[in-house]
Amino acid sequence: MKQTAIALAAGMIFGAGLALSGMADPQRVQAFLDLGGAWDPTLAFVMGGAMLVMVVAWAIQRRMTAPAAAYRFELPGTTGIDRKLALGALIFGAGWGIGGLCPGPAIADLAIAPLQVAPFIAAMLAGMALHRLTTR
Amino acid sequence: MTLPGFSDAMPLHGLAGGLLIGLSAAMMLLMLGRIAGVSGLAARAIGLSAGGAPRDIAMAFILGLPLGALLMSLVTGPVVTRFPPTIWPLLIGGLLVGYGTRLGSGCTSGHGVCGMSRLSPRSLTATALFMASGVGTVALLRAGGLL
Repeated sequence: MKQTAIALAAGMIFGAGLALSGMADPQRVQAFLDLGGAWDPTLAFVMGGAMLVMVVAWAIQRRMTAPAAAYRFELPGTTGIDRKLALGALIFGAGWGIGGLCPGPAIADLAIAPLQVAPFIAAMLAGMALHRLTTR
Repeated sequence: MTLPGFSDAMPLHGLAGGLLIGLSAAMMLLMLGRIAGVSGLAARAIGLSAGGAPRDIAMAFILGLPLGALLMSLVTGPVVTRFPPTIWPLLIGGLLVGYGTRLGSGCTSGHGVCGMSRLSPRSLTATALFMASGVGTVALLRAGGLL
C-alpha cells in the first residue's frame, strides 16, 4: 500500500515534469532530433536536469544497503551489450524520430491530448505485444 | 527566458521539468529500489511483461504520468502539444517504439535518465544508438520531403 502510493506520487511528479518541460509536445522533441531544421535544444536541458538529480541519487544509493521502503534493490545489470540491445535501441530511435514521442510523454499526453495520442498508444501497445508474442 | 539563436527553446522550463523527472527517478530508486523506466513499467502494467516491478507499483506509476501532466496543466495553463498532421507517423512510430523499447530493454527514461547517470555501459550504448537513430531517421524524413 505504501509502495503503491510512493509509485503513484513518483509517476505524478514525472508526468508533471514532462508537461512543464515541453516534452509532451511531439514537434518539440522531433525538433531536437532535426539537426537540419530549426534545431531545438530544450530536450538537452531536460536530460541535464534529470541527470543532475540522478547522479546524486546513485551516489546515495551506493551507501545504502536497502531502499527506504522496500526490502532490497532490484536493479538491472549494466554490462553485456548484445544484438538485442543494439537493434532494439535503433528501432526505438527510428520510431521516436518518426512520431516525436517516446513512452513517457505519450502516456502523459493521454490527459492533455487524448484523441491525438490514442493512435500512437494503440500502436505502441501492439508493438510491445508483438515483442511478447515473438520472444520466448 | 529564451536562448540566443534558438527562439523556440525553453531552457529554464526544460531544466525545471528535468529536475522533477530526476526527483521522480530518485524516489523510485532510493525508496522502492527500482529503475523508473517507463517502457518496462508500462509493459508490466498492462500484462505484457512477465518480470520486473510488482504489478501494482507499475500500474500506479503509469497512472501517475497523465495525472501529473493534468495537474501541471492546471498550474501553467494549457500544455502545448503539436502532433503530426496525419495518423501514419503516429501508427508507424508507435509500433517501432513499442517493439524497440522491449527488445532493447528500455527507453529515454530507463536507459537515458537512469542508466546514463549510473554510467552503465549498456545504457550509454543504447542511448547513443537511439539518439543517432532518431537523428538519422529525421534527416531521412527531411531529405524525403516528409517534414
